[in-house]
Amino acid sequence: MITLGHYLVVSGILFAIGFAGVMVRRNIIIILMALELMLNAANLSLVAFSRFHVDATGAPSYNAQVFVFFIITVAAAEVAVGLAIIVALFRLRQTTHVEDITKLKF
Amino acid sequence: MSPFLFWIFALLMLMFGAAVIINRNPVASALSLVVSFLGLAALFISLDAYFIGIIQVLVYAGAIMVLFLFIIMLLDLRVEELRKINWIATAGGLAVALALMVQIFAVVESFPAAKQTFPPLVRPGSDDVHRIGLLLFNNYNLPFQIIGIVILVATVGVILLSRRETR
Repeated sequence: MITLGHYLVVSGILFAIGFAGVMVRRNIIIILMALELMLNAANLSLVAFSRFHVDATGAPSYNAQVFVFFIITVAAAEVAVGLAIIVALFRLRQTTHVEDITKLKF
Repeated sequence: MSPFLFWIFALLMLMFGAAVIINRNPVASALSLVVSFLGLAALFISLDAYFIGIIQVLVYAGAIMVLFLFIIMLLDLRVEELRKINWIATAGGLAVALALMVQIFAVVESFPAAKQTFPPLVRPGSDDVHRIGLLLFNNYNLPFQIIGIVILVATVGVILLSRRETR
């Protein structure tokens, strides 16, 4: 049988993949995609807990699903702003490689 | 939920999630991310969260990924594939991620509720859009309106950022 732990472990592995992507990759667009993976890992564990907590009327706890809805909305806004910043940066420096962008380096 | 389907979609999601960061071609990464999100939507539906699963397909696999692909093709990033890999940074990043994964395993292992199966629902798959809508407009009305302002500010900000300086 599939337990809550299975979903939590899958969510943890997905988070670790996203984290490795942020640490390893040097292309800003791929880093943004890895951030999306991490947000979705958090969503998966929230939905798993929502399904696990069945209330007195026998329905899952929908509060967590409302929270996931908010996370998806904020992630959409974040991607739009992030990609606009990347386009502006590319216009200025002709690169999306983080090691080429050292303007703020001390 | 059938254990067989859970393993299929979980493996699909994790394999394509790993492909996102392994692929050196950004377009292949974006397409792997689409498949990964579709697998995740299937997992949401296996948890009786139909509304969230459909939102996942519409917003992520639909809107956000089209935005990513559009930007990747607009910027024409083929030069990036030729870079050599910094092996020390790669090994360090993988080690940190592996440590995080081991820690998550340990926490889930020591969490007693993680060994229980999901309790059955009284009316499975009936009215979750209705229930989420009621919660959203009654209990979470203020956060809902704030999120609307966030979207508005993001829209204005994107237009401001992508405008060319004309002077």
